[in-house]
Amino acid sequence: MKSRRQMVPIFREILIPILAVCTALILGAVLIEISGVNFLEAYRGLFEGMIGSRRALIETCVAATPYLLTGLAVAIGFQGGLFNIGAEGQFYMGALASVIVGYAVQGLPAWLHLPLALVVGAISGGVWGSIPGLLKAKLGAHEVINTIMMNYIALKLVDYLVKNVFRDPAASMDRTPYILPTAQLPRIFGPDYRLHAGFLLALAAVVFTHWLLFKTTLGFEIRTVGANPGAARYAGMNVGGNIVLAMAMAGAMAGLAGVGEVLGLNHTLPAAFSAGYGFDAIAVALLAKSNPIGIIPSAFLWGGLRNGAGLMQVRTGISIDLISIIQALVIMFIAANQIVRWIYRIN
Amino acid sequence: MAPHMTSSLRFSTLGTLKLPTQFTFLMCGMISIILGILYAPLPFSFRLEKRLGRVFQLLPRRIAPFLMVFIVLIWAGAGRQIDVIGMLAQSLRLATPIGLGALAGILCERSGVINVAIEGMMLTAACTGFVAALYTQNIWLGLIIAVLSGGLTAALHAVLSIRFLVNQIISGMILNILAIGITGFIRKAFIVDSPLPAPPVFPAWQIPVLSDLPLIGQVFFRNQPMVYALLILVPTLHVLIFYTRWGLRTRAVGEHPQAADTLGVSVFKIRYINVIVGGFLAGLGGAWFSLETVGNFDDMMTEGKGFIALAAMIFGKWNPGGAFGGALLFGFADALQIKLQISGVQVPYQFLSMIPYLVTMIVLAGLIGRATPPAAEGVPFVKH
Repeated sequence: MKSRRQMVPIFREILIPILAVCTALILGAVLIEISGVNFLEAYRGLFEGMIGSRRALIETCVAATPYLLTGLAVAIGFQGGLFNIGAEGQFYMGALASVIVGYAVQGLPAWLHLPLALVVGAISGGVWGSIPGLLKAKLGAHEVINTIMMNYIALKLVDYLVKNVFRDPAASMDRTPYILPTAQLPRIFGPDYRLHAGFLLALAAVVFTHWLLFKTTLGFEIRTVGANPGAARYAGMNVGGNIVLAMAMAGAMAGLAGVGEVLGLNHTLPAAFSAGYGFDAIAVALLAKSNPIGIIPSAFLWGGLRNGAGLMQVRTGISIDLISIIQALVIMFIAANQIVRWIYRIN
Repeated sequence: MAPHMTSSLRFSTLGTLKLPTQFTFLMCGMISIILGILYAPLPFSFRLEKRLGRVFQLLPRRIAPFLMVFIVLIWAGAGRQIDVIGMLAQSLRLATPIGLGALAGILCERSGVINVAIEGMMLTAACTGFVAALYTQNIWLGLIIAVLSGGLTAALHAVLSIRFLVNQIISGMILNILAIGITGFIRKAFIVDSPLPAPPVFPAWQIPVLSDLPLIGQVFFRNQPMVYALLILVPTLHVLIFYTRWGLRTRAVGEHPQAADTLGVSVFKIRYINVIVGGFLAGLGGAWFSLETVGNFDDMMTEGKGFIALAAMIFGKWNPGGAFGGALLFGFADALQIKLQISGVQVPYQFLSMIPYLVTMIVLAGLIGRATPPAAEGVPFVKH
């Protein structure tokens, strides 16, 4: 039978995510019809909002930037055998540290100020991420629960610090002062478009992570510890150290995502603007099968869906939460690819 | 803190206990030091605890939590009155969703299925239960729908992780994400613009006679239905897990599924049943939020309680009684931070509301010693 034949592996690797996305869109269409809207019209809005125009395409890149980095944060964890659900907290700790450096450190030239803000933000996220790593390595505490707890703690901490310690006294809303121009990430296509250099930084981080994980001894150790801690220990690797290191790297990536949003996009940090990056990042990493290069299309799809959802809502009045449902269905079909194989009879 | 301040602990019908704050602190400190000396990790022959009987060997772990709770109460009560019974009743109330979630987790994990989707199940149940109660104007119908939707979400988890062999933590996280999307969608579509009035929350039932008992009656027997459900379910599950055939099979499937399978126990059936029944319990926990406490549904209203429930389960070493104790601890932490916020302690509210999450992390970090999960947890069973 034609459909039962053995396929070239690489083709299958790509086909299954595509089928998963299609299946999720079909189920989403059913939901849209149930809520009384023509699904073609809704999807046309979604599609045009994603890549319908030059501006939409650039905005999709803007939206994809934090997903690239937070997706990497989860993927690094997965490669090290860890579930890093704390991307949200690490994101905020990075954003907070970089915004403080961005407005409080004055009199530095741009070539020094900007890198300083970037590095401090990444370190801040890395330290926050390494705490659950340490707890796991030293005490065996489960990182899933700890990273989630630390998300809540980070949100409350940032809320307090922004409202009370670093608040801009001149502003009407709770936010920090604007960062100095010397700490801003430059806009790529000029002031008319919001795409900033953080996007290129995120792409560079993807390449760097791929190199680190697959071309260096360090990456090999992290992956070995993730795949089989017992064997890694027997081979003389420092299991606990690699766990902490993987979590610190993951935290630094998620921290950079927050840094990019602050230094490139908003130039300030408002109190508690939870955007659900923690869970979305898991989805992005799952969609990419934890492969750093795979994060690129995966983050673009995610950013595109979020970005296009706005136009879809304007055109048809469908709630943005529908996109969350479609996204959850996408990763469900990716993770349970047996379902897709079973539906489409692929071996 | 002023040196001569007193803390008053009020036990409503039993009178008030006035204590000099600093003296009490000193006494508690002394007790801790004595315990520390007794149980110091010295070389074996010098260790005093080894000369004591078995009961005394476990003493510090038994006493330490109570001492901590007591000290915190004294600190919070410095210079004012603390209604101890009110605090305890509030702790039990706030422990309810955590306890129910922990029981759900125990059922799943005892049969070898990790369940990190309790949060999502509770959120879904809170949402659908409230919608049902809103449109039928019958809160009991809402409860039934909540329980069923918890079971339905759990069934999805079971199918994904048992039939399709998805990694169980990933499957759980997918359900959490799905729950956020679905409940947000339902809230905007059916709740926000609904002209119907929100039905009142479950009333508190006073158990005749028992509710008149001093202290115990006031804490345990003047509660809303979900609290009673938890109080009944804890001993029930203990008996079911440890003294019935089904419980023995559940534990066997969770420890060594191949052996259980060889002896003719259907591993799949046991796991499906346990996960889905666990979903019913998580559904009860979800109903606590929307139908028993708030009387409405808000996005993300479970606030991580489903994950704290997992910590309570680990704290209780996968036993219902222990998990109940863990839930009470977290409930107390929550009640304490609410109390402190109301009483106007000079600590920012953001830090106070971190307390439950911090306590969770501290507990997980091994206040309890090593916790060993069921051996086959997280390993999908494949029949050969």
